[in-house]
Amino acid sequence: MIFTYRNRHNIIDKAVLNICSSQETTIHIWCCFYRLNACAIGPVRFFKVIRYTLGRLLSLIISLVIASLVIFSVIEIIPGDPASFMLGINAREDTLAALRSEMGLDQPLVVRYFDWVIGLLQGDFGNSWTYKTPVSELISDRIWVSLPLAIYALILSTLIAFPAGILAASRRGGASDVTIMGATQMGVAIPNFWFAMIMVLIFAIHLRWFSAGGFPGWSNPLQGIKSLTLPAISLALPQAAILARIMRSSLLDMLSEDFIRTARAKGLTRGQALWRHAVRNALIPVLTIIGLQFSFLLAGGIIIEQIFFLPGLGRLIFQAISARDLIVVESVVMLLVFTVIIVNFAVDIAYAAVDPRLRIKA
Amino acid sequence: MSLLNVKNLSLSIGSFQILHDVSIDVLPGEIVAITGESGSGKSLTALAVMGLLPYGSVMKGSIWLEEKNILTTSEHDLCSMRGRAMGMVFQEPMTALNPVKTIGNQVAETIIIHERVTKFEANKRAADMLQRVGLTVDPSRYPHELSGGQRQRVVIAMAIALRPKLLIADEPTTALDVTTQARILELLKDLVADFDMGLLIITHDLAVVAEIADKIVVMQNGCIVEAAKTQELLHNIRHPYTKALFNASTHRVILPKYIPSSPLLSVESVARTYNLPRKSVFGSRPKFQALDGVSFHISQGERVGLVGESGCGKSTLTRAILGLEEVQRGQIMLDGQSVFSEKKPNLEVRRKMQVVFQDPYGSFNPRHRVDRLIAEPLHVLENTPIGKDRDLAISKALEDVGLSAVDSKKYIHEFSGGQRQRIAIARALIIEPELIIFDEAVSALDVSVRAQVLDLIADLCRKRPLAYLFISHDLSVVRTVTDRVMVMQLGQIIEQGQTEQVFSNPQHTYTQSLIAAAPTLPEVTYAIETV
Amino acid sequence: MKPGLIIGSFLSIIFIGLAFFSFIWIPYDIEALEISNKLKNPNLNHWLGTDHFGRDILSMIMMGARTSIAVALLAVGIGVVIGVPLGLFSAARRGSFIDEVIMRGNDLIFAFPSLVIAILITAVFGPSAVNAIVAIGIFNIPVFARLTRAAALPLWERDFILSARVCGKSEVRISIEHILPNITNLMIVQGTIQFSLGILAEASLSYIGLGAQPPTASWGRMLADAQTLVSIAPHVALVPGLAILLMVLGLNLMGDGLRDLFDPRIKGDRT
Repeated sequence: MIFTYRNRHNIIDKAVLNICSSQETTIHIWCCFYRLNACAIGPVRFFKVIRYTLGRLLSLIISLVIASLVIFSVIEIIPGDPASFMLGINAREDTLAALRSEMGLDQPLVVRYFDWVIGLLQGDFGNSWTYKTPVSELISDRIWVSLPLAIYALILSTLIAFPAGILAASRRGGASDVTIMGATQMGVAIPNFWFAMIMVLIFAIHLRWFSAGGFPGWSNPLQGIKSLTLPAISLALPQAAILARIMRSSLLDMLSEDFIRTARAKGLTRGQALWRHAVRNALIPVLTIIGLQFSFLLAGGIIIEQIFFLPGLGRLIFQAISARDLIVVESVVMLLVFTVIIVNFAVDIAYAAVDPRLRIKA
Repeated sequence: MSLLNVKNLSLSIGSFQILHDVSIDVLPGEIVAITGESGSGKSLTALAVMGLLPYGSVMKGSIWLEEKNILTTSEHDLCSMRGRAMGMVFQEPMTALNPVKTIGNQVAETIIIHERVTKFEANKRAADMLQRVGLTVDPSRYPHELSGGQRQRVVIAMAIALRPKLLIADEPTTALDVTTQARILELLKDLVADFDMGLLIITHDLAVVAEIADKIVVMQNGCIVEAAKTQELLHNIRHPYTKALFNASTHRVILPKYIPSSPLLSVESVARTYNLPRKSVFGSRPKFQALDGVSFHISQGERVGLVGESGCGKSTLTRAILGLEEVQRGQIMLDGQSVFSEKKPNLEVRRKMQVVFQDPYGSFNPRHRVDRLIAEPLHVLENTPIGKDRDLAISKALEDVGLSAVDSKKYIHEFSGGQRQRIAIARALIIEPELIIFDEAVSALDVSVRAQVLDLIADLCRKRPLAYLFISHDLSVVRTVTDRVMVMQLGQIIEQGQTEQVFSNPQHTYTQSLIAAAPTLPEVTYAIETV
Repeated sequence: MKPGLIIGSFLSIIFIGLAFFSFIWIPYDIEALEISNKLKNPNLNHWLGTDHFGRDILSMIMMGARTSIAVALLAVGIGVVIGVPLGLFSAARRGSFIDEVIMRGNDLIFAFPSLVIAILITAVFGPSAVNAIVAIGIFNIPVFARLTRAAALPLWERDFILSARVCGKSEVRISIEHILPNITNLMIVQGTIQFSLGILAEASLSYIGLGAQPPTASWGRMLADAQTLVSIAPHVALVPGLAILLMVLGLNLMGDGLRDLFDPRIKGDRT
């Protein structure tokens, strides 16, 4: 075998190929990512951990910077004159001038960008033109709907997917495997907003177990969770289907590895080999997917909110788009992207606890 | 009283009959070796004893261990036997261990599964066992921090943790270096004596068998063709297949005489360093010296061998000579021109040098037909032959290596390993280079096929002036197919000279240890033809 | 031939066929509104019923198929045309700075789900089918780049590539002659997946109004219109949803089947 130190042999890429060739969705590509040693035994390993964390932190900051640049360019540069874009053709001169000075459009681009970034860091998202209130207020109200919804859906999705995937893999080719694979094929193909509509039809309108929409606020936490349940299920089930397939695929990969044979030769039963060796190892690439899933859930939640009339970020964004309120759009998009990048960073770091090998992203 | 008694074992998987009437006996404290070429059914016999055959296996006969017939024992009981009454060591140490668990943990697991002990007790016993197998590293290390030999020791520790009566080793040293192999075999012999275990070792290497085994079992196509105590067998080989095997293993190639001439390849003071990841925040980056002042020449028509163990820098040197990598100091010249060219590959150099790689399965693009594969180097020529000329060149190349012109229309997967290496040689020869690099070219072949390919190489030397660099870890092969040999260690050539000289009278201690560690086949005697 | 591949191909062909057929003939003109005929259940005149404007649902499904397929196909096209060469280039220059830059760029695009990109674009340029294609297409680029690179990387270390390099072939030539043919199967399978994902994405975008605008028919738009009618006339909501479900299911099954056909690796179970 020709061995070069420059060739960072990456098992994850092989896993990607295996998983991709088992025809899973794009999310698997994320398997190419991060592994990390967290058992800080010994100074060498500890240093590796620190080095890795700092590396990821740097990566995080660069991503945030570039993302902010992209968003800024699209919103403030491409429309030409954001002010007249927002106010339309029939705007009066004095309103245009007022908006321009409010947005600081007379300043050079670089200054505007830094003003915006510094404002973001201080929590000042600017003022919405349509609502005449600080955007941060608008967001803070809404985010307490969107964020819990995404987390709720993530928990449901994991709780369903893991057992299903493990069961399917351990009984490969059997009745349960075929059923689960069939169910997940349907789940992957179903549009989540349509699924939500069906859920409303059955559970809200016919069975009347849940309300068909609306959010009563968090003053009564149980009521709050109940009103988020149907939306969370609608969000979670299609994602659970994807996650279950990935879990199954990852576990099947592990089951064909040599160390399983060694475990069996030691006297472990099939079940013991499965749980003590295969499942634990299979969880590692799957955990990365969960990070990416969160971002899809956040984005998907925006659509689901429409169906259930939830006062979340989704409604805010769409109203802002129709009202051409660029300031709101700019801030909310930045927030969404920020959340995704942070969550992925957290997943990177979480690997510290799971995999002792230090593999840098390919 | 036999420890293991395999009686008339027949195995079929699906519609394939794999084993026919196999019978083997292992006594306590005895080492029995099963040998044969690939496809003989050796490994499956071992797996059958462990009860780890794949789904769909149908078995007849019986396997008696500890008064139980493995073929009729329930899976639950078999699980309690594995690890406790019998242990197994597999071929590939690099993938045999769970990468996310410590080695101590994995050895302790064997103990915890079978005996009611506390974790603390199990870990302590595991640490003791790791020491017993000669491992000096901390049990809290992870597998990826260990070398191949060290990992194999861990696997052995796991298998013998509970002092099983029977240890099965399936090609335990095939993937290891010669010196490591010697040490692992020593360890196995030691453990057998100490624990009074029976050892069933499977290996294709007849020299290993001769050195370590008390009894030899020769298998071919799922049948046992010959079985006897080692000494008896070696002095009285009966079956023609066994004869053929031993012949092939000791095959001596007759090379045409080498006539000294002008230098072709010259490597001068070549050094190559790699940067390793930093070990501490403020320390400098450690460097790995892959090549440290390597110098040698190869003359026209000279056949030079290069031996060394893993990590000695052979591969780096090969890539540097092929011009695939740059070196930091020194230079490598082929006929006066540097082999490494920055932007555009130097076609004149490429014309004179070709390579044959180790893996007969990976050396070819699976999507191309043989004619396209062989013709690949042709574009390097000044006047690339097209049409009829091209076909002619391809046919000639194929015939030169003992294949026929019709094979050019087939796909590579239609050929066996030995035939693929011939095609690889044809590809290397088609532009009539002056130097060929054989990079472990016969290491992946069965012993009889290997002999044929070596004969082919000798034959080619007779037909045209061919210089080559033969890189191999297998000393006996290098000894027979080269005029001069170089020994490499830690990035340096520590000894070089005429092949026979170096082998019979090694000067450097490392060379001496290398030659001493390599198992040798003793003189054998064949029985008078009885058939 | 496994049943999945057959069923999947069958389903996919039906919808693709419907889309093509719509160029020749559709039962009713979808731009003609006939309010008096609204919300009829499936009957002999209108096989799938009518919507709240009296439009024939079957015709709308056929026209919607056109939109979905066009958007998803072009989006995959963008992903392949830009992503695959990027991935090949990145693999050829593995370990170098440009490789790192390309990979980081990919990750950055991953941080922007299609929906977010669509929001950004439509906020500035207004909603339309073209914007949907661009939004989905941009997200496809890192998918294909990443996959191509992951598939190409191990090939570069294979001996036959080394042979080609020893023969003096350039990186570009090796990428085209050797690497590309060996990853084509993977690309086809992934292309099918991305196509089905594109259909879903297009439906989502037009559902929230960021995709194809009326009078262009779109399945997502049909569902948005039907939302308030779900209890009165369920078929208006069920039919487009089923159409999406069946088409995506068909494509996924076909992709699965193709993958099995190309690469029937039966992984050995070591238990």
